[in-house]
Amino acid sequence: MKKARPTPLEYTRKRWFQLVMLFNFIFLYFPIVALVAFSFNNSRRNITWNGFTFKYYVKAFHNESLFDAFLNSLIVAGISTVVSTILGAMLGLALYRFKFPAKNAFDGWIHLPIIIPEICMGVAMLAFFSRLNITLGLFTITVSHIAFSLPFVAVVVRARMAGFDHSLEEAARDLGANQWQTFKDVTLPYMMPGVVAGALLALTLSLDDFVITFFTSGPGSTTLPIKIFSMVRFSVTPEVNAASTVLIVITLILSVGTMVIQARGGKDKGLPI
Amino acid sequence: MTSNQPIIRIQSVTKIFNRTVTAVDDVSLDIAAGEFFALLGPSGCGKTTLLRMIAGFENPTTGRIVVDGQDMQGVDPNHRPVNMVFQSYAVFPHMTVAKNVAYGLKVTGVANSEIQKMVPEALQLVKLGGFEHRMPHQLSGGQQQRVSLARALVKKPKVLLLDEPLSALDAKLREAMQIELVNLQKSVGITFIIVTHSQSEALSVADRIAVMKDGQVKQVADPLALYEKPNSQFCADFIGKINQLEAEVAGVEGKNLVVDIRGVGKVVIPHEGHAEGRVSLAIRPEKVELNAHEPGDERVKFLSKVANVVYYGSTSQVFLENAAGDQLMAEIRNRESNTATSILIGSEVWVSWKAADTLVLTE
Repeated sequence: MKKARPTPLEYTRKRWFQLVMLFNFIFLYFPIVALVAFSFNNSRRNITWNGFTFKYYVKAFHNESLFDAFLNSLIVAGISTVVSTILGAMLGLALYRFKFPAKNAFDGWIHLPIIIPEICMGVAMLAFFSRLNITLGLFTITVSHIAFSLPFVAVVVRARMAGFDHSLEEAARDLGANQWQTFKDVTLPYMMPGVVAGALLALTLSLDDFVITFFTSGPGSTTLPIKIFSMVRFSVTPEVNAASTVLIVITLILSVGTMVIQARGGKDKGLPI
Repeated sequence: MTSNQPIIRIQSVTKIFNRTVTAVDDVSLDIAAGEFFALLGPSGCGKTTLLRMIAGFENPTTGRIVVDGQDMQGVDPNHRPVNMVFQSYAVFPHMTVAKNVAYGLKVTGVANSEIQKMVPEALQLVKLGGFEHRMPHQLSGGQQQRVSLARALVKKPKVLLLDEPLSALDAKLREAMQIELVNLQKSVGITFIIVTHSQSEALSVADRIAVMKDGQVKQVADPLALYEKPNSQFCADFIGKINQLEAEVAGVEGKNLVVDIRGVGKVVIPHEGHAEGRVSLAIRPEKVELNAHEPGDERVKFLSKVANVVYYGSTSQVFLENAAGDQLMAEIRNRESNTATSILIGSEVWVSWKAADTLVLTE
């Protein structure tokens, strides 16, 4: 049987549209695919394909300064995620729940780290720390990461709470729960998908961040993105590709996790009514 | 405590929001134990605010609310002997039906063995036995409503507050639930206070109804008295349908009032209480009779022209216009299959009703 012609809005079945899509995918993902592919390339110069090998992963793993940078990244990302998630969730909840003077202005202010160019934030952070004579290092990186992740968590949590039926809290109070029990048993379970999604977002942002970290890191506090950058300045070796691939995989897993949790949270969002 | 002491005593309660909006205006009400009480009024009349003040979600600006002899001033919702069924049901979406019902017992430290016994009983009561392990999103609106009811009743409150509980249900289910609510209330013996904007719902479920308008209670009466003897034009108009005719008081004859109806003439109607000057005469559409020939005495009667006939199956509404141009509506039962069609639009008929059925409304 011959297929029917595509209806006016069935763009995905139109040949020209499919070609545009294909071109877009190549444009977006070919560099990444090439990066990953060449991390398995058995060649020092990394220009021509010389056969498959895992040896640069092993080499990257045994590269002490690269491994240190990876550990630093994990430490910074771990601490900044925990702190920014707690503070951001509290902020998101407060913005959802309370009306206070100048709330709109405050609301605008907390979005600032999301909106302003990272480089400005990096310079601002650097100026701030040097003004206070704080030595640059893991501490300053962590503080900056908390500062820029926090609004993201707040925004995600608040978006989640926008669908919350306030009478659920009233029902809990009515049934005899005190304020803390109400929060723990009713509000928090509803909020949780937002909190987890926000945390994963914060973790991804922190692991990947280059610009702000570059301004706020000191000697001996190199994170993985910065280390990769400094390695590339000498030559693009398969080792760099291997390290980048590891970073991509971690980020990908976290991002997919975030999307899955948000999608699952969305399912019961409409309930009850 | 004596049994005739009201379970809820609302004493000159006023609620003003944001210092400007008066939601509840000096309301005083006594609600007896075991009563099914309805707060009825159009939206924005303050009925829900009053209910929320009883539950403890709003504080009165002035006045006092006493529940079971205890002043509720400064008592948090979780320490009040009342429970509420919310308009949105507010069933906890992440808990099973059983956990929803058990929640109020669990947080107040009722022993687990007790809970295990009480939850199935409560679910049995609202006919949800066997639904223990369902999640709320697997339930229909009506079933969620029952969970909400069971969850409140399992706490054995002194008073159950129902905030527009049936407004989200479809018409058939709503009527069934009205009857069920009444039966439930009789069987558990708990005082129910229902907030509703539906006059038919209030009439069918409540023992006593308070009609509210603009934050004030206009009339408190049982359904029959409210329907047959409304005390104001607002109540008459809000409860059911009613015809209103302008008239002038021409004199008093003992217990009767002589009124001059525009376009009809002088009519004698029984009336207790004072009335003078311009009044409004009201008559329920179903009490109006239509005849081809002039009916006997003791009736208010006049000739009118049939303007329209609307057929509703069991009844028909006949719209009439009298000599003075005043509109009137009669609701007649379609006893014969040709009752509605026998009334011809444009024809003249005799409109009449028992003089004693006429209501004299002065305000």
